[in-house]
Amino acid sequence: MSAGPDGPEDRLRRFATIWSRAVFPVTSTSSTRPEFEEQLLPLARRLSEALRARAFDADEGRAVGAALIASHCTDPEALSRSLDCVDAYLVLYCGDGGDQEDLRARSGRLQHAMAAGFAQALRERTLAEQEAISAAALKAQGVVAQALHDTEARFRAVFEGAAIGIGIADLTGNILQVNGALLRMFGVSEQAIRSRNVKEWTHPEDAPQTWKLYDELVRGEREHYHVEKAFYRPDGTVLWTNLTVSLLRDADGEPQYQLALMEDTTERRLLNLRLRYEATHDALTGLPNRTFFFERLEKALGAGEGQRFGLCYLDLDGFKTVNDSLGHAAGDRLLVEVADRLQSCATAPGEMVARLGGDEFVALTTGPDTEREVDELATRIMNVLVAPISVDGRELTVRGSIGIVEGPAGERSPAEVLRSADITMYRAKSAGGNRFELADEEADARAITRHGLTTALPTALDRGEFFIEYQPLVHLGDSSVRGAEALVRWLHPQHGVLGPDRFIPLAEHTGLIVPLGRWVLEQSVRQARAWRERHDDAGPFRINVNLSPCQLTHPGLVQDTVDILERAGMAPDALCLEVTESALIGADDALLKPLRRLADMGVDIALDDFGTGYSNLANLRRLPVSILKLDRSFTQSMQRFPADPVDLKIVEGIVSLAHSLNLAVTVEGVETGAQAEQLRILGCDTAQGWYYARPGPPERLHELALVDATG
Amino acid sequence: MERPAWAPRSIDISVPSVSRIYDYYLGGSHNFEVDREAARKAMDFMPGLPKIMQANRAFMRRAVRFALDEGITQFLDIGSGIPTFGNVHEVAQAGRPGARVVYVDHDPVAVAHSQAVLAGNDDADVVAADLRKPQEILSSSEVERLIDLNRPVALLLVAILHFVEDEDEPYEAVAQLRDALAPGSMLVLTHASYEGIPLPEERAKGTVDVYKDIRNPLIMRSREQIARFFEGYDMVEPGLVPMPSWRSDTTPDDEDPWAFSGFAGVGRTA
Repeated sequence: MSAGPDGPEDRLRRFATIWSRAVFPVTSTSSTRPEFEEQLLPLARRLSEALRARAFDADEGRAVGAALIASHCTDPEALSRSLDCVDAYLVLYCGDGGDQEDLRARSGRLQHAMAAGFAQALRERTLAEQEAISAAALKAQGVVAQALHDTEARFRAVFEGAAIGIGIADLTGNILQVNGALLRMFGVSEQAIRSRNVKEWTHPEDAPQTWKLYDELVRGEREHYHVEKAFYRPDGTVLWTNLTVSLLRDADGEPQYQLALMEDTTERRLLNLRLRYEATHDALTGLPNRTFFFERLEKALGAGEGQRFGLCYLDLDGFKTVNDSLGHAAGDRLLVEVADRLQSCATAPGEMVARLGGDEFVALTTGPDTEREVDELATRIMNVLVAPISVDGRELTVRGSIGIVEGPAGERSPAEVLRSADITMYRAKSAGGNRFELADEEADARAITRHGLTTALPTALDRGEFFIEYQPLVHLGDSSVRGAEALVRWLHPQHGVLGPDRFIPLAEHTGLIVPLGRWVLEQSVRQARAWRERHDDAGPFRINVNLSPCQLTHPGLVQDTVDILERAGMAPDALCLEVTESALIGADDALLKPLRRLADMGVDIALDDFGTGYSNLANLRRLPVSILKLDRSFTQSMQRFPADPVDLKIVEGIVSLAHSLNLAVTVEGVETGAQAEQLRILGCDTAQGWYYARPGPPERLHELALVDATG
Repeated sequence: MERPAWAPRSIDISVPSVSRIYDYYLGGSHNFEVDREAARKAMDFMPGLPKIMQANRAFMRRAVRFALDEGITQFLDIGSGIPTFGNVHEVAQAGRPGARVVYVDHDPVAVAHSQAVLAGNDDADVVAADLRKPQEILSSSEVERLIDLNRPVALLLVAILHFVEDEDEPYEAVAQLRDALAPGSMLVLTHASYEGIPLPEERAKGTVDVYKDIRNPLIMRSREQIARFFEGYDMVEPGLVPMPSWRSDTTPDDEDPWAFSGFAGVGRTA
């Protein structure tokens, strides 16, 4: 054989090239075409040799066919093209001048053998690969099954070990599986629960949306929902749960199961109920408290068309006295009894009684017919209070004042309603107590809550909202004006002029009384000087200023008074300080000391409202007072004619006692000439009252003094 | 409820698998009828799919040899599929005995088959993991055993990134792998694209739909989008090109027109 240009080797190569070009496009090999040709070259050689071998060997053909498979020519088209190629070119390039007929026959047989070898190898490879992939799939399945088993074991451990109850049901509600925690919550066996359907688990306390959410979930319209839900246990007790239900879908996203996770909240709920009860009930009386009452009132006021409400606001009359005299324990027992009685008044549906605090109670009635009902309710309340209450062996008479507010729902806020009731109650109280009053919008508008006034007080002094009116003090002997009592007023921006009874207790409570009292003293003394300057001929003129108990104990009292007098250039005897009798009851030396110092300086001290307290008459000697002011209750009886002889005797006795102690006597509330004459006869020294003049601006007093001076 | 990461998907051979379909394209019999059915449908639209796969294999072979020539002896082939012939370890270990190869696939059947094929080969192994979780790949015991992350690695992402949807953050995964590999490492990548396919795009889309139907969406990306995977790499000549144009020693005449579908490239970190 020669490797020459057209030698057999070259011809063999050309055959291999043609063959590779024909088959390469249908192979899957990652080799290049020249590389592929290199793979075909030995095959071509085998064919070439088999073509020319003495004896025909079909195995050679089969081996070449099989080798194609090994070179990844698995496409049947590769065989077809190979056979075409062999048929057309093997004899031509590799025949080497042999008998054409024989060569063609031999080539044909070789092709048959190649086809058989190819088919055989392809079959074996296919079977081997199929077996390999099946084995791989099986093995993978085993691996995955093991992993799944592990996973499932883990899941099962989670499922069984979970502290929360877990249950799975199908979409029609049949329970498929539940865990131990759930069984323990329900207190049932697995068998018992497995035969149940979740739709049987209704409970009267189910929230309205509970089953709507359920339906949406099983229809696949909702992925999960969360509710608080109660269940009946087989023993009839109630299980409360925090329930979360989720929809489980299959791999295609179709709803498949429902998964319920539940947490037992029964205990927590009981605790909450107890806490809620404690938060909404008064510890002393067990009645609903302010919080609870406001919730109910709010609900009542938010009710629909045609609904009304009626509210009774009760404050016990004189409860403070009980507390002060018998002690808080007795006061508390009284309140408990009152609470019990009140509770018996409001037993109908829509009625409630609550304690707002202290001795303040409210009763509420709701519905369409409260206009009538609230009156009946108030009457019942007044009636149950009639019987005396026995506390520590004492029979205490309890009276109350009630403010009633009644009206349609949806118009006012709870705070407005309560404010109105509060004001009305005070109206009942100031009308003497032991009664009920109906709220009146006009009265409301004028009325002022204590709270509002208290908060407005401090700024009122800064803004100059206070002013002073003066009521003349007239000498009964010659009817001359000898002085005046300074009476403080508050010109409130909303409520108009307020008398001292409205704000002095509040000022005492907040401590504002000290600066306010100092201001009054200053103004009054300055006014007294103005009068003196105009009427230095009119004889001694004195200004009376009230001292509250608070001022009495204030350490700066003496110094302030001295400073004010000095600044105004006034002598101490131009000033009379009025102190109520009750403020001095039981006063010790420490309390009396500043008064005594003031008296020593020449300031007059008057004992105001004399005769109202239970003063120890013998005590009068000890007090540094120079004037007694008789309470108006003594003079009131003298307005009638003829005057009550007993009252006359009493006044006469007091005057005589006072004079024997060197005390002057002033009377208040003189309204008629007859009264004035009577009092003069009885020996009173000075008088004040409407008969002479009402309290007024300083100019008015100036005029009076002029009249007096000229008359 | 979502399946937890540690609970493997079950094996369902009634569902076509992309790696077995790939095997079918390459004339193999490592596949089931469902795979062949899907493959035939895809080939109805793109009859040249086998040629594209063949070009992928040929490119991979050249790239592995290139990497060996450049001194890299560690290979990480992610998305290796069913080992048929001309696999990375065959090419690499033929060129350089002792070259280390780790295959990664998330198809449990492909992994099981790879294990069978690699039995007795101490220098090659396979990891069941997912490209979308690069840390799981890097921290696998097989990678730990065979790959020295302090030396350059050739990372092969051949015909896989077009199966990772944007929402699965393929760029992030590729960047994480890049950052984990030593300087001088290579990225060997091929990616499907409408560019270069000898068909109108509407027609080629039929194939995309077939993959969508078997829940293995095929994401066709533009050359520009594919180039972004090489961020942080210097492109090796001739850059990102059709597969047959990458350092091939044959004439284009020998190449099937379908082989020019999509892009191939190799990058190297500094």
